[in-house]
Amino acid sequence: MTADRKYGAIVIGGGHNGLVCAAFLAKAGRSVLVVEAADELGGAARNAEIAPGYTAPACAHILHLLHPRVRSRLKLRRHGLAFAARRLPTVALAADGNHLTLSGKRILGEVPEEDARAWRRLRKRLLRMAGTLHPFLGRTPPRLAGESWQDRITLARLALALRLLGKAEMRDFLRIVNMNAADLLDDELGDARLKGVLAFDAVLGTNFGPRSPGSVLTWLYRLAGEARGGRLGLAIPTGGMGAVTEALAASAQAFGADIRTGAPVRRIVVEGDRAAAVELESGNVLRTHAVISSADPKTTFFDLVGPEHLDTGFLRQVNGFRSKGLAAKLNLALDDLPDFAGLDRGALGGRLVIAPDIGYVERAFDHSKYGEYSAEPAIEITIPTLHDPTLAPDGGHVLSAVVQYAPRELAGGWAAHREAFADHVVAAIARYAPDLAGRIVGRQLLTPEDIERDFRIAGGHWHHGDLAVDQMLMLRPVPGWAQYETPIANLYLCGAGAHPGGGVMGAAGMNAAQRILATPAPEGAT
Amino acid sequence: MKTHDVIVIGAGHNGLTAAAYLARAGLDVLVVERNPYLGGATVSRELHPGFTYSNCSYVSSLMRPEIMRELELPKYGLQVTPYNGGLTMTRDGDYIASYKDHDMNRRELARHSLRDAESYDRYAAAVMRQCRFIRPMLMKPPPDPASLRPRNLRGLFELGRAFRDLGEAGMYDTIRFWTMSIADFLDRYFETELIKAHFAGSSIIGTGLGPRSPGSAYVLLHHYMGEVDGTIGAWGFARGGMGAISRSLAAAFQAAGGAIRADAPVARVMVERGRAVGVALDGGEEIRARAVVSSMDFKRTVLEAMDEKDLPARFVKAARNFKIRGSSGKLNIALDGMPTWRGVPADCPALQGDLHVTDTIESFERAYDDWKNGTWSRRPYVDLMIPSIMDPTMAPSGKHYMSVFVQYVPPKLADGPWTPEKRDAFGKTVIDMLAEYSPDLKDLILHMEVRTPHELEEEVGLTEGNIFQGELTMDQIMFNRPVPGYAQYRMPVRNMYMCGSSTHPGGGVMGAPGANAAREVIADLRAGRRA
Repeated sequence: MTADRKYGAIVIGGGHNGLVCAAFLAKAGRSVLVVEAADELGGAARNAEIAPGYTAPACAHILHLLHPRVRSRLKLRRHGLAFAARRLPTVALAADGNHLTLSGKRILGEVPEEDARAWRRLRKRLLRMAGTLHPFLGRTPPRLAGESWQDRITLARLALALRLLGKAEMRDFLRIVNMNAADLLDDELGDARLKGVLAFDAVLGTNFGPRSPGSVLTWLYRLAGEARGGRLGLAIPTGGMGAVTEALAASAQAFGADIRTGAPVRRIVVEGDRAAAVELESGNVLRTHAVISSADPKTTFFDLVGPEHLDTGFLRQVNGFRSKGLAAKLNLALDDLPDFAGLDRGALGGRLVIAPDIGYVERAFDHSKYGEYSAEPAIEITIPTLHDPTLAPDGGHVLSAVVQYAPRELAGGWAAHREAFADHVVAAIARYAPDLAGRIVGRQLLTPEDIERDFRIAGGHWHHGDLAVDQMLMLRPVPGWAQYETPIANLYLCGAGAHPGGGVMGAAGMNAAQRILATPAPEGAT
Repeated sequence: MKTHDVIVIGAGHNGLTAAAYLARAGLDVLVVERNPYLGGATVSRELHPGFTYSNCSYVSSLMRPEIMRELELPKYGLQVTPYNGGLTMTRDGDYIASYKDHDMNRRELARHSLRDAESYDRYAAAVMRQCRFIRPMLMKPPPDPASLRPRNLRGLFELGRAFRDLGEAGMYDTIRFWTMSIADFLDRYFETELIKAHFAGSSIIGTGLGPRSPGSAYVLLHHYMGEVDGTIGAWGFARGGMGAISRSLAAAFQAAGGAIRADAPVARVMVERGRAVGVALDGGEEIRARAVVSSMDFKRTVLEAMDEKDLPARFVKAARNFKIRGSSGKLNIALDGMPTWRGVPADCPALQGDLHVTDTIESFERAYDDWKNGTWSRRPYVDLMIPSIMDPTMAPSGKHYMSVFVQYVPPKLADGPWTPEKRDAFGKTVIDMLAEYSPDLKDLILHMEVRTPHELEEEVGLTEGNIFQGELTMDQIMFNRPVPGYAQYRMPVRNMYMCGSSTHPGGGVMGAPGANAAREVIADLRAGRRA
């Protein structure tokens, strides 16, 4: 009977990082069990039925960061991952209907030729730099005073990668990596719409406005996923984001991993400073050689491990991990396609962005600093049903919108303001699609508070915690513990709270598995 | 016609420091200054009879002790007296004070929060560790990480060793400190909003950042890395006002045989066959030299004093994109007597230091947002001092000089250019706010000078009125200052150098850029390579 079986490793959480980690471990021959609290897998990368017959991406809605090694080594294509759309163009919506479409290096729409040229140059420059960063997404961050050769090699590689950019580009990199996106865009480009949509990309999913220093780095980070992500670009999986989860689960199971859903974890059992077992809410205690948590650091250490097992300095660091989400998700079930002024049906299949200029995004951010939602939010919209009609009843459509900024701690509380906020977002979109409100047959709003509750992410942050220099690489989640290990022996982290953070990338899960596999398996762990 | 060895453009503290070092090395040096008075932004002026205003910079800490020693500035009249603490008043009539005395300081913190009082030593140690890390870098040119020349490799090696010597935890703390926002940094130590606000001020002075902007923790360090009489982080008053610093520098320079021409604005730097050969003054007079050193800010040097044709296009573009944002204003006020402050005992020793009224991080951030939106802060941050308490030479007996530094004030207003009316309205905003804390202040005012970034630009010559000659963000400090590849004081034109605060290690009355640049000029002239 499986309940008695002692697994080599138990992965807490069946989100994409947990599944990726489990799959890599199983592939290497370890016996693995994934326990997921919810009745279905996927965490933030799953589908949700928002109205009868309407399937929407619950949280994440565009796949663009999935690590190429995750895709190839876990044979996701064989396990059913296909794409309804790739290389989605980005449409920068303009209030006057004079939109811009960015497709790769090309810009369609009325834009001065010199801006189009400048954008091609800037994009190339940024992609090269992002390409330099990319290999480090798929590696364990080095310890700075590390004695291991692996740490030294990683550091030497980083230095070499910078050198290989050449003198001029290395200097350029070391300068602009510290800049704010608004300055860089203002230095290089003129067109307000172009700068607006790019500023939005720089701060999407972060706790930054375009004028916050560090926003160029978060932009590069995002581009790093795309730079080497191959030809996918921005993609929509066939069957929705849930299909990525299904493929990952199928892969993990094919390699021999067991998965249990509806099995929330009560605590991680620590015996003599070692993680020894996982205790489920049901009271079941599952003994294991390794516990791997894909939950965020705060949930893992404060709720699952318990502060009594950890020292104050470490807890202070975990407590200081900035993890308050700023993005909301609004899914709309529509009885027909809304009419966006100036866009035909084909163009609607792209990623539509409401961020008409840099100041708009910055002002949207400013509200969040004071516990208010943006008076004029910046919004990223997809209509996945245009690519995969099976996700909605005949003629119906799903509009999926990521909305910034919606702070976790809203003055007055979300309960009192959520309907007003949803109306507010609909109105903001309706400025570009006046018939929108009349087409809505169902809607689902996820505020950071909802994300915290529904996906069990403390703070409701997509990335489990802010992406910023002081929470990246060897500093993520906390300095000294960026190598997926924790102060508790046999307890590991594999979620977005660890390097390299979130987005449906799977790199944290993959790196954690590599790290665990680098140490010899304990007796009976296979 | 006579050819000097070196012409230094600008008689601010950095220009004079560079000039003094050059003259002491035996070179024939001429300083040309556009204003009829010396000092640039390190200046004391009698703008109301009997009162001496330090009408730009107003306190001293950063001036490198090596420079004071080597140039024998005390011999030429410089005397800096440290002051004891400072305080932040709250709207409800309370305050939090800092004192030099550790026990007093702790008791005062504990009055507001015992936990924060406990945390303070941890906080102070963390900041001090960063001071110790950065101080050795101040008096040398920053190494260029993209260069493989032995000198740069050695510099990088030394930097790397100093970094490693911090220990693993120290290295992580350092990376974080240099990239964090001050709000996040303070959150790690303190729980009381007032205490956080009290410590946050130094992180935004002169800077186009808010306390929540990453990088603002470094700006705090920039204000803590100085010293007075060996006490790191202490600030003091130069006796006779800040002008005493430039006067002593000028005296040291002249004693070494240097010459100064005031009222001699430079129209352009003369370049012949890719070499700087002198300067042309506004009247058309041309003065030749083997080397030209500009202490003007980077933008002004490149875009106004030089001809684009003489410079690489990339360099000119980099100068155009140099971030030099005016964000500060200043009120200089002659008072008929000592103002009283609501809730603060008149004998509180912290009153001789810096006074503030911004009592939450949010009010800082909102003040910053106003500036971003093109207006002066409706409730600005002030750094207010009454130097005449400690220095009786600043005002007639019984009367006082009050210096009010104001953050944030934009160089360009959203509703059009600055006018005298808008300037006065800005001054009124500040005084009205202060009057909430000091009921008798308005009645004591005898004279007031109001300075916005517009005046700083027009009178002192600082582009946009930026007091640091360029933002102190990570993309513009160390080897990035003013621009990558040109951080070692040399410009792409031979025999042309920069020595102002636009260069490493940046702004404040520090003198280090001037001293570092002088060292490079001397080395080049001795080697004869660039002559």
